[in-house]
Amino acid sequence: MSVLTEELRERIKAEFPKYPSKRAVTLPALHIVHDAMRAVSTGAIEEIAELLELHPSEVHDTMSFYNFFKDEKHPLGRHRVWVCRSISCMLRGGEELLEKLAEKYGVHPGQTTADGKFTLEFAECLGACEGAPCILLNDECHMDMTDQSASELINRL
Amino acid sequence: MAVFEPVLLARINRPDSATLKSYQADGGYARLKEILSMAPADVTNIVKDSGLRGRGGAGFPCGLKWTFLPKDHPGPIYLCINADESEPGTFNNRILMEKDPHQLIEGIMIACHAIRSSNAYLYLRYEYGTSYRALDAAVKECYGAGLLGKNILGTGFNLDIVLHRGAGAYICGEETGLIESLEGKRAWPRIKPPFPAIEGLFRKPTIVNNVETLCCVTQILKRGKEWFQSIGVPPDPANPRDPGSYGPKLYCVSGHVNKPCCVELPLGVTARELIEEHAGGVWKGRKVKAVVPGGISMGFLSAAELDTKLDFAGPGKAGCLGLGTAAVVVVDDQTSMVDVLYNCCRFMSHESCGQCTPCREGTSWMTRILERIRAGQGKVEDLNLLTEVAGSMGIIPGTTICGLSDGAAWPVKNAISKFRSEFEEYITSRRASVTSAQRLMAAH
Repeated sequence: MSVLTEELRERIKAEFPKYPSKRAVTLPALHIVHDAMRAVSTGAIEEIAELLELHPSEVHDTMSFYNFFKDEKHPLGRHRVWVCRSISCMLRGGEELLEKLAEKYGVHPGQTTADGKFTLEFAECLGACEGAPCILLNDECHMDMTDQSASELINRL
Repeated sequence: MAVFEPVLLARINRPDSATLKSYQADGGYARLKEILSMAPADVTNIVKDSGLRGRGGAGFPCGLKWTFLPKDHPGPIYLCINADESEPGTFNNRILMEKDPHQLIEGIMIACHAIRSSNAYLYLRYEYGTSYRALDAAVKECYGAGLLGKNILGTGFNLDIVLHRGAGAYICGEETGLIESLEGKRAWPRIKPPFPAIEGLFRKPTIVNNVETLCCVTQILKRGKEWFQSIGVPPDPANPRDPGSYGPKLYCVSGHVNKPCCVELPLGVTARELIEEHAGGVWKGRKVKAVVPGGISMGFLSAAELDTKLDFAGPGKAGCLGLGTAAVVVVDDQTSMVDVLYNCCRFMSHESCGQCTPCREGTSWMTRILERIRAGQGKVEDLNLLTEVAGSMGIIPGTTICGLSDGAAWPVKNAISKFRSEFEEYITSRRASVTSAQRLMAAH
């Protein structure tokens, strides 16, 4: 029984023609699997490696370099909320915002709420410094956040 | 002085600015067929003669970089677009991609024609989801209109653009780190030479250009190299190696100002003009304590240095590393420089790729020393230790492969040399406020 569905395999294979090497599909494949399965398990790594004609350790090496991907022991919630802590946001309350949200929802950065709704993360500069402090919800940026507007954003999830 | 009319940002407030229809209505792609019919070397020469220097941070002359490709190479030759904008304080590439993706795509087409490439890979940081969707839609529009793919506009020129999303690592903005990441590996920068122009992506000749640089290429081919050279700062006659700072630049202003903004101005505007005339002044009626001139890697200007011209040469004259990304971050006089420096060091420690020991260990130890100082356990001698560590890491002292380390060291060097008395006072007063028992507890 394979870990990856046929649909995920097809989506990964659809990336092959874009690159002269299958190895270059490592990040696209990790994104496809991570997004759908909310983690990249050891079994998924093995199957990605097989598709890409790599050793599983090569896929794992790349995956673990980018803090972005979660393993099966730490799966993502249904959403991911990144709070920027870098300089422009820090100067306008980003660190306090992260602290407040962590307290309010009872999770440390990197952890998922008990109901599985969202994973809270700290982010390094999100590139939206004109709207500091900012939050990335999945991959959409929300600017000029306050404790209240951030909570409203999360409560709407 | 007349008000400068933006060119790179001219279209961002138009309705549907990101669509092909609106771009073409504003004259976009109008000269493309003519440009693609020119000899590639002629296009390269126009860019070279314009004096365009890379906007991503290093300021290397763009046309000159293109000439480093091997002559008569059978191909493939690759263009990588560096859209991994991650330098803290920098957000101009995001605006260019979200609001005017076709301006960038036209620049990619022109660059690929000039360097004889049919394959462009746009490496986009994952966090820019809105940019991704704007670019993806724009690329699809181009394929649909015969502007990408085979035999574009009947000129015989072929081009495919692949959008490649990163996974949240600052080091992918370093051009060889980007290449490694694109190849599916950890983003460890390569030892150079060979430079990417000789051996880059998939071991083939490769040019890596920044988003804003390529948008400048579009405008240079549209308006002429003379137009580009009529803006900015000519070379310093006293410095025969200075190529000048020509053209418009997107300055990002953030931090403690009333109106954080991205503004397009001729290269050479001062930090003071940016803060006072474009960003609405310092917030809450406060004064400036320090200014980051071009992303945190460039270090700090003090309040006495606000008249520094932000061209390629200016920040260096004030002891900073350079112009960097021209991201100006303003720190007000109520903010502790210890906290600001700690934030910079923590970022660099988090983002060091770990390949070179001086960077991996240096960024981590500098962060820990500042943590100790903030916990009231610091000693004034720690400042010398910080300076010593900072002085030993980077390309400049010759101990690392890439410049991340120089960018990690620079804020430390500048902060301690320009704000030393504040650091000393902080250490002394913080130490006095913590009892020896607390210090002992904290040490365990």
